[in-house]
Amino acid sequence: MIGFLRSDLPVARDASGQFLPWLVAVMVFLACLALSGAMSLDSLLDRWSRDASGTLTVQVPAATGANADTETDARVERAVRLLESDAQVARATAVSRERLAEMLEPWLGSAELMDSLPVPRLIDVAVTPGAMPDLDALVERLRAVAPGAAIDDHRVWLARLIRLAEGLRLLAWAVIGLVALATAAMVVHATRTALAVHRPHIEVLHLIGATDAYIARQFARRAFALALLGGVGGLALSAPVLWGIGGLVQRLEGGLVPEITLGMGQWLVLLLLPPVAGLLSMVTARRTVRRTLTRLL
Amino acid sequence: MRQASHGKIAVRFESVGLRYGSGPEVLQDISFTLDQGSFHFLTGPSGAGKTSLLSLLYLARRPSRGSIRLFGEEVSSAARAALPPLRRRLGVVFQEFRLLDHLSALDNVALPLRVAGVGEADIHRHVPELLAWVGLGDHMHAKPPTLSGGQKQRVAIARAVINRPELLVADEPTGNVDDRTALRLLHLFSELNKLGTTVVIATHNEGLVRRFQFPRLHLEAGKLDVLPPMSLTGPPTSGGGQS
Repeated sequence: MIGFLRSDLPVARDASGQFLPWLVAVMVFLACLALSGAMSLDSLLDRWSRDASGTLTVQVPAATGANADTETDARVERAVRLLESDAQVARATAVSRERLAEMLEPWLGSAELMDSLPVPRLIDVAVTPGAMPDLDALVERLRAVAPGAAIDDHRVWLARLIRLAEGLRLLAWAVIGLVALATAAMVVHATRTALAVHRPHIEVLHLIGATDAYIARQFARRAFALALLGGVGGLALSAPVLWGIGGLVQRLEGGLVPEITLGMGQWLVLLLLPPVAGLLSMVTARRTVRRTLTRLL
Repeated sequence: MRQASHGKIAVRFESVGLRYGSGPEVLQDISFTLDQGSFHFLTGPSGAGKTSLLSLLYLARRPSRGSIRLFGEEVSSAARAALPPLRRRLGVVFQEFRLLDHLSALDNVALPLRVAGVGEADIHRHVPELLAWVGLGDHMHAKPPTLSGGQKQRVAIARAVINRPELLVADEPTGNVDDRTALRLLHLFSELNKLGTTVVIATHNEGLVRRFQFPRLHLEAGKLDVLPPMSLTGPPTSGGGQS
């Protein structure tokens, strides 16, 4: 590393270079949050897209009168059997009372209250892949065995949700792009300042036969090292924030926000951010130096 | 080892003129040729244009008009990319030394070798040897700001000769050293010249010019004359400058 950073120019002492790691740290921190957001939305959109095309929910209203619970259970069972007999249905599963209570707990409180309310029961239906069931005919048949049954087709609202998520994902990528541009702009500014400061030294190097590439390499290596250092700092800063957000999301109950977690591969992608910031800075510094030097003899 | 090879032309100036910006020409219609392996003093009063002429020789600037050929290559209109390989064949001692203050004497002298891609092992074998020869063996790791004017000058000279240049250009290389050291340095240049290096030394030191008996390029008011060696005795001439 010391050999890599050995320089004939005193670039290591530049004030402009001393700020670069801090600025890159902030940029990598922002990029890290945006990228993890984009990657989480990717997996979420995958899941939602699969759900939108393959699932339905059947709602069976609670029966009233004496033996209401027993009657409701019987209606649900008849509806499940009817659905299972349909060739276009791959699977029909009644959502248990316990699961229902769990889902409604944030709104209704304790399970006892739910017992006293005519809460409709739900049947989770997976449609055979590729099948397009006639929902009007199906609901007619369901109502014959479970009066008042309704089919909740997720597709409309899920499509809107997907559009929103896609918009957010686009925004996240735009943030990453802006962060990259801002980082490059900072490197250009720092490099131009350093070039102006070291112009007498650069002239000497030129006069003893140094090529533009030789001089540019010295700035580029320094920019790589400083940006890598800053990038590692920014990543270290973002890790606890991501854990914190993940923890907060997990604490939300009732499926309001689907579980958002990053897989091992996605963490590895985040680990690539500091070297990518380093490479971006290196290439930017090299191009800036070479473009500036062409104006000298 | 490179031998002097007279007959080939190292430098050819033809009708060269130089002006800074829109000012008057500081060099006018300069024409001369330097054979490979020759040794010339560049003399003339202060302000005559010696440093400007040398800067054209060591490719720090291009002429406003005319043609300059170095080692047979036209350089007045050469592409930028063609200049570094030519500059590596030159050794330059600048008037203000132009050492890099953050580097040690050793690293300053090693610069031309590093730029040329010479390995560190070779650098650490040759550079200390040369620094010792110019009397700076005990100051190898000293930085220029801690060195005296004469010591800096010797570092600058060592940097100019470390890569055995084909053309050595020196601007007042003995201006800051005592007579004994000046003589020693001139002997170094003379030795290099015997090995084939073409040497051009700008100097005001008439004693050295008389002693070494090399021909002179004499500049006065922007015009150049090629004069024979100065006689060993006799009064100072217009071609001899001041001592």
